[in-house]
Amino acid sequence: MKARITVTLKTGVLDPQGKAIEGALKSFGIEGIGSVRQGKVFDVEMADGVDADNAQTVLKQACEKLLANTVVENYRIEIL
Amino acid sequence: MHAAVIVFPGSNRERDIGRALQKGGAKVSYVWHAEHALPAGTDLAVLPGGFAYGDYLRCGAIAARAHAMDAVRAHAERGGFVLGVCNGFQVLCESGLLPGILMRNAELRFTCRFQHLRVERNDTAFTLDYARHQAIEVCVAHGEGNYVADSATIDRLEREGLIAFRYCDADGVVDSRSNPNGATNGIAGIYSDNLRVLGLMPHPENLIDPLIGGTDGLAMFTSLAREAVPA
Repeated sequence: MKARITVTLKTGVLDPQGKAIEGALKSFGIEGIGSVRQGKVFDVEMADGVDADNAQTVLKQACEKLLANTVVENYRIEIL
Repeated sequence: MHAAVIVFPGSNRERDIGRALQKGGAKVSYVWHAEHALPAGTDLAVLPGGFAYGDYLRCGAIAARAHAMDAVRAHAERGGFVLGVCNGFQVLCESGLLPGILMRNAELRFTCRFQHLRVERNDTAFTLDYARHQAIEVCVAHGEGNYVADSATIDRLEREGLIAFRYCDADGVVDSRSNPNGATNGIAGIYSDNLRVLGLMPHPENLIDPLIGGTDGLAMFTSLAREAVPA
């Protein structure tokens, strides 16, 4: 089983990297972009025998303990 | 006073801070991150600057979960002293020993320069040898030093006097021009509630010898060597 975890900055947290990317895209003449926020994606292969419910629990733990800093970041878990 | 400097893979300022601690009068040992305990009799645990675990994921995030950090947390819970400088401050925030987080510098540049700090209070074990509101000259060298926390946390830090240092100019004036990274309220360092855990981005350990530009950092280490001992 595969899973994907997406970590994004919470609304209102300053994202200078996203701003810089946004500025670069606009400077390349790519039109129609309002704003850009940068995040992270983790593709996880679950160990054999882990079912979808278990995977949710394990991945939530992984997010809370390490993958996201919940002071400034949100996370989303998708079982693929 | 016995100081234990925790060394992570990717730490690179452990010898500098070790030398500063010794010059202040402390005995220093070095503890590898995989150790489960601090040396018996440790008064002060020190997290040095560098790029622990390559700063992968987030600065300090993986180091904050190392075995040695469990020992540092237990030391702090017993009322022990902890000092984290630069990457060490990032580790303290990630470990939950201090609130908030250090984000990418607002200007997106790694900043390495001399920097004045205003000593917000001089009644802690870290700052007794400074004057209150003294402007001291140390160094900054970081890419992620932009201190951020939710507004309730910032209000609490301000109200309870837990701001240790603010970026300022040579006259002690705190303003946006003297802020190297966009940190909220010019915050360069903060204390825990019991004033025994200090994290700061700038490097006092760089300025302990006139040969290399100044000695304003030394007072932190003389103060600690005398004061960071069991009551």
